[in-house]
Amino acid sequence: MSRSLLSIEELGTAGVQRILDLADTMAEVNRRPNPKVPALRGKTVCSVFFEDSTRTRLSFETAAKRLSADTMTFAVSQSSLNKGESLRDTIETIAAMGVDAFVIRHKSTGAPWLVDGWTNAAVINAGDGWHSHPTQGLLDTYTVRTALNRPDGFDGLRVAIVGDIKHSRVARSTTAAFTALGADVTWVAPRTLLPPVVHEHVENDIDAVLDRDGGVDVLYMLRMQQERMNEALVPNLREYTARFGLTPERAARLAPHTLVMHPGPMNRGVEVAVDPAELPGALITQQVTNGIAVRMAVLFDLLSAESPEQSLTEGPTT
Amino acid sequence: MSLLITGATLLDQNGRRGGALRIEDGAITEVGENLESIDGDDLIDASGLVVSPGFVDLHTHLREPGREEAETIETGSRAAALGGYTAVVAMPNTDPTQDCVSVVEFVRRQGQAAGLCDVHPSASITVGRAGTQLTPFAELAAAGVKLFTDDGNGVQDPLLMRRAFEYALGLDVTMAQHCEVERLTGGAVMHEGDCCSHLGLPGWPSLAEELMVHRDIELVRLTGAPAHFLHLSTSRSVELVRMAKADGLPVTAEATPHHISLTDELLRSYSAIYKVNPPLRTMDDVEAVREGLLDGTIDALATDHAPHVSESKEQPLDQAPPGMLGLETALGVAIAHLDTDLATVVGALSWKPAAIAGIGDAHGRPIEAGEPANLTVFDPTEEWEVVPARLASKSRNTPYVGVPLRGKVKHTILNGVPTVKDGVAQK
Repeated sequence: MSRSLLSIEELGTAGVQRILDLADTMAEVNRRPNPKVPALRGKTVCSVFFEDSTRTRLSFETAAKRLSADTMTFAVSQSSLNKGESLRDTIETIAAMGVDAFVIRHKSTGAPWLVDGWTNAAVINAGDGWHSHPTQGLLDTYTVRTALNRPDGFDGLRVAIVGDIKHSRVARSTTAAFTALGADVTWVAPRTLLPPVVHEHVENDIDAVLDRDGGVDVLYMLRMQQERMNEALVPNLREYTARFGLTPERAARLAPHTLVMHPGPMNRGVEVAVDPAELPGALITQQVTNGIAVRMAVLFDLLSAESPEQSLTEGPTT
Repeated sequence: MSLLITGATLLDQNGRRGGALRIEDGAITEVGENLESIDGDDLIDASGLVVSPGFVDLHTHLREPGREEAETIETGSRAAALGGYTAVVAMPNTDPTQDCVSVVEFVRRQGQAAGLCDVHPSASITVGRAGTQLTPFAELAAAGVKLFTDDGNGVQDPLLMRRAFEYALGLDVTMAQHCEVERLTGGAVMHEGDCCSHLGLPGWPSLAEELMVHRDIELVRLTGAPAHFLHLSTSRSVELVRMAKADGLPVTAEATPHHISLTDELLRSYSAIYKVNPPLRTMDDVEAVREGLLDGTIDALATDHAPHVSESKEQPLDQAPPGMLGLETALGVAIAHLDTDLATVVGALSWKPAAIAGIGDAHGRPIEAGEPANLTVFDPTEEWEVVPARLASKSRNTPYVGVPLRGKVKHTILNGVPTVKDGVAQK
């Protein structure tokens, strides 16, 4: 039975550290003129996306290809799922073709855990419902670790995650990953955009977070979806931006050391109302770049029986 | 030919005593400390066992007509008999809905044909359970319907519900409400609390149940018509009913075995086996519901037996239908999870629901000569675990795999004839 990556919580602090250390090695591979190694030659990775996410799927498939794995894509819109085939039948059929890892994106909480129970292949959760998106948490922490050169953890690091926490798997996994590494995470949102029960530090005033002594080390802005207004969660987006957005005025007040992050895709003018290119601390592009290295690390960790030293040397990749 | 039960503990609304009883032609003919066997008697040695009035389930989904792949009236009746039930109230959310005499009669006849327990159809409050037009209460009452419910949904419209209570007056029928204000539970998958916050699932707040309990209590106060509250699940709901009863209002309530034994923490397994409506709630709620049963605020244990085929329960939490099996495990759950005397448990399974169902003339009767022989014989101490493959129900969605149960039905007697003998259904 392969191991799987389903959530940051199940990975644990040691597991997070192991993946981030491995991501350093993968980042080195990615800097080579030919960023491809034979480490996973002969392995097959199948991405099964029940919810559209071209960015995440491309990131995983690029990661798999750089490790020389074969990749397959199961496009749900073209599949028999529309003909009533069950999730279980789909997974068991693909598994029977000989797959070493499934990369699963599903709109339902828990779907990757169900899949994990039906196959011996490794299962990587690429986002389930509002629940979990572990590789996002890993790439976010990896990005901060690289930017600050803090490979040993985040003790004392102050992180503020701002916006629609309630409906965000990114918020849950990124919070779990930063917390696992010792950072202090504060959620900044109106009560309507928080889960019913909250254990984290909560602040409903972004300015209080920005203006406190020492400011904040990481300001993580979540995507705010238009449809939230229809559910009476916020009165309108203008008020949301005024209360919680990164406006030019707030950008000007950021402490020089504050890093600004966003999981993408960004709603310009809503949660981020400035040009991120003009923010000295913006790490948004690095998040995307680092996503490849982190996902390579995850695939390698789950699928390779060898040590990185053995299998990451340059060589024939056929 | 008669049936003689010896060496038993007899337990009914008049207390507990040792004894034996003889049954002939569907009735109890003799009760005594020791009865002599007559040649040709069928014998049941009930040493160490309890004989009680047969169990009555106020809340059974038999799925026929419409969803026979999950359960039929025959398989559900067999499951009921094995669980010690001599009568069940069939919920009306069938397809077509039990909203007219012809469908109600069909269900009753199928129950008679199966012959494993008395199947008493309830009817919906509104046509097609659509919440807009009342069903013909008087016509349905004349066909024997006592309980009306849109179960699966609550009646959302307060005006319509007021009219339902008012129109029911004088018909000797009871409105049974599934309490859920749907504007507060849209898309809900599980109890709104710690677990749903962690799992990122839309929550079903306790408030959504309590608001409708409160609304209907006030409608009962206004109209004087009786109300029965189905499957209460929250601490505050129990308190509201307790206060209504203290005010002398004609309200009754039931709770399910799962709401006295399981909590929302089980959803952390991501298994839809634990998805049910109303949802599993917190330990505080479980304890409050148990307390309600012990002090009589909640009259009856009712299973909300809700069979679903395995494929549908293998889906992710948000897509799977809610509901769990209950008939074959209710007694074992009740004894294991209610810290009280056996008479309280049996009362909640037998004579109290019989009265609410309006069938107290045939079921839940005292164990006395001249009474109908609808009886359950069970071992109150046997510990056992459920094996899904051995369930009589057509479906397998029991949440009790691996959960120790205490108390097992050995024999069930319907109209003087064993439907279950030594734990085996007789047909």
